[in-house]
Amino acid sequence: MSQASNKVFAKGWMIAVYLFLYLPIITLVVFSFNDSKLVTVWSHASFRWYEALAQDSDLISAVLLSLEIAGLSALMSVFFGTFTAFSLNRYKRFQGRTLLTSMSSMPLVMPDVIVGLSLLLMIVSVQNWLGFPERGLFTILLGHALLGTAYAAVVVTSRLREMDSKLDEAAMDLGCKPLQVFTLVTFPLLVPALVSAFLLTFTLSFDDVVLSSFLSGPGYSTMPMVIFSRARLGLNPTINAVATVTIVVVTIAVIASSFYTSHQERKRKREEAEAYSDSNK
Amino acid sequence: MAKTSSFFTSLSAGRLAVIGVPYFWFLLLAAIPLLIVLKISLSEMESTSISNMIDWSHGWPRLTLNFASYQFLATDSLYIKTYISSIKYALITTLLCLAIGYPFAYYMARSPKHMQPTLLMLIMLPFWTSFLLRIYAWKTLLVSNGVINNILISMHIIDTPIEMMNNSFSLLLGMVYSYLPFMILPLYANLSKMDMRYLEAASDLGTSPFKAFWLITVPLSKAGIIAGSMLVFIPAVGEYVIPELLGGSSTLMIGRVLWDEFFSNNDWPMASAVAVVMILLILVPMGIYNKAQAEQMEGK
Repeated sequence: MSQASNKVFAKGWMIAVYLFLYLPIITLVVFSFNDSKLVTVWSHASFRWYEALAQDSDLISAVLLSLEIAGLSALMSVFFGTFTAFSLNRYKRFQGRTLLTSMSSMPLVMPDVIVGLSLLLMIVSVQNWLGFPERGLFTILLGHALLGTAYAAVVVTSRLREMDSKLDEAAMDLGCKPLQVFTLVTFPLLVPALVSAFLLTFTLSFDDVVLSSFLSGPGYSTMPMVIFSRARLGLNPTINAVATVTIVVVTIAVIASSFYTSHQERKRKREEAEAYSDSNK
Repeated sequence: MAKTSSFFTSLSAGRLAVIGVPYFWFLLLAAIPLLIVLKISLSEMESTSISNMIDWSHGWPRLTLNFASYQFLATDSLYIKTYISSIKYALITTLLCLAIGYPFAYYMARSPKHMQPTLLMLIMLPFWTSFLLRIYAWKTLLVSNGVINNILISMHIIDTPIEMMNNSFSLLLGMVYSYLPFMILPLYANLSKMDMRYLEAASDLGTSPFKAFWLITVPLSKAGIIAGSMLVFIPAVGEYVIPELLGGSSTLMIGRVLWDEFFSNNDWPMASAVAVVMILLILVPMGIYNKAQAEQMEGK
């Protein structure tokens, strides 16, 4: 194959994969503006399904519940994920390190149904023993926070690894206590990673249907649970409308956060360069 | 380093807290629940689903192990068939993801440097939009009166709709679609770090690009291939949502069996036994994955 035809093939392959990835998303958005009751036949454009969505109180309360769970579980995930990342990164040797490593990667790879089943059986056991917790918001929160912690740990770990440990050492040489090193040096440097960990775990929670189905109790249906039960029965154009709304919000959030991260990165690099040139004067 | 003395001298309160918090968290929510699954898989179903749990409060070890669920698993051919078919679908998904994802990651790693962050974000973006909604979207595309069939019929390419839903085609399509980014990301991470001088040296020595690819690029990206394949294969074995929405009743997947045992039959010991066997099946690939990760970190 010549160089030029090779390039064309490469471009074609990449475009085909991107089309494959975006085709369903484009269909969802386009057909959310369809006037027909049939999801798959285009008649003409209308906001009919958005009006139906605005009156769909089941779906709206499910969205609100999902937002609440996603926000809280993302906070918990970032908190525990940061602890996990620190334990595994800053302490190279302690007893049971391997166990912690494998436990923290377990929720990443284990199929959802197993994580859901095992958590539910644990919660039922505790319930029989202590009389609480009732299945509901709190138990869903635990499940999502477990999953999120594993992902947050990965994000924070990769940041910790590329961070210069010389900064920590310098702070200690200048008399900082370990806690001060964390609050004055490490934490500010970690903020972009914590933000992206928060966003990632928020979306994970907002998207989960399997763990929620195992862990929720009567009266607690998250948005994915409602969508899943409707999608099982058939096609429903209101789902397209709610999908479009979430896609728009998520896209804006992702683009904004990537701008924020690259801005922070540039700012940090500039400050480092300035500090370096100052010290060389 | 003397292990015990270093352990005690370095045992400051801060260190203990930093390690203790995640340890407690994962023990409670990851390790103990799995042990409970194992325990319940070895107990018997009494009249109601809760009954076997009452013994739980009497104390820890209940020495009467009941292998009834496992016996049932081993003798009922439907379970064995379902395990085999889950592994088959997961394996085909992994191979398809590799076949599509490897060239993609390779070309992405060789695109102009300033383009790469954007290309990467375009891979991540669908991953950020709800997985459930994207699977639902495939349903609207694939059904017999769906978007694809309608377009093909209106263009007079076909007369009667093609059956694309509720079979192994739709299942595999949904699985490849959902897991492709999990293959591309580790492969890209690996390929983008590769030292191009190896390839230059090979071409200086007269190796054809095709040969250089198989002799140099592929072996050097082994860690990425393993990581990507395991990240696809392991969750795919136990996948529930995709077979439920796209697979129809003819495609057998073990995740659905577990779900039905639990939610429809209310048979907790059986559901737990199904889960334990599934865990045993994925332990080997998980071990390979962890080993590859550890090797890659040492190599840095």
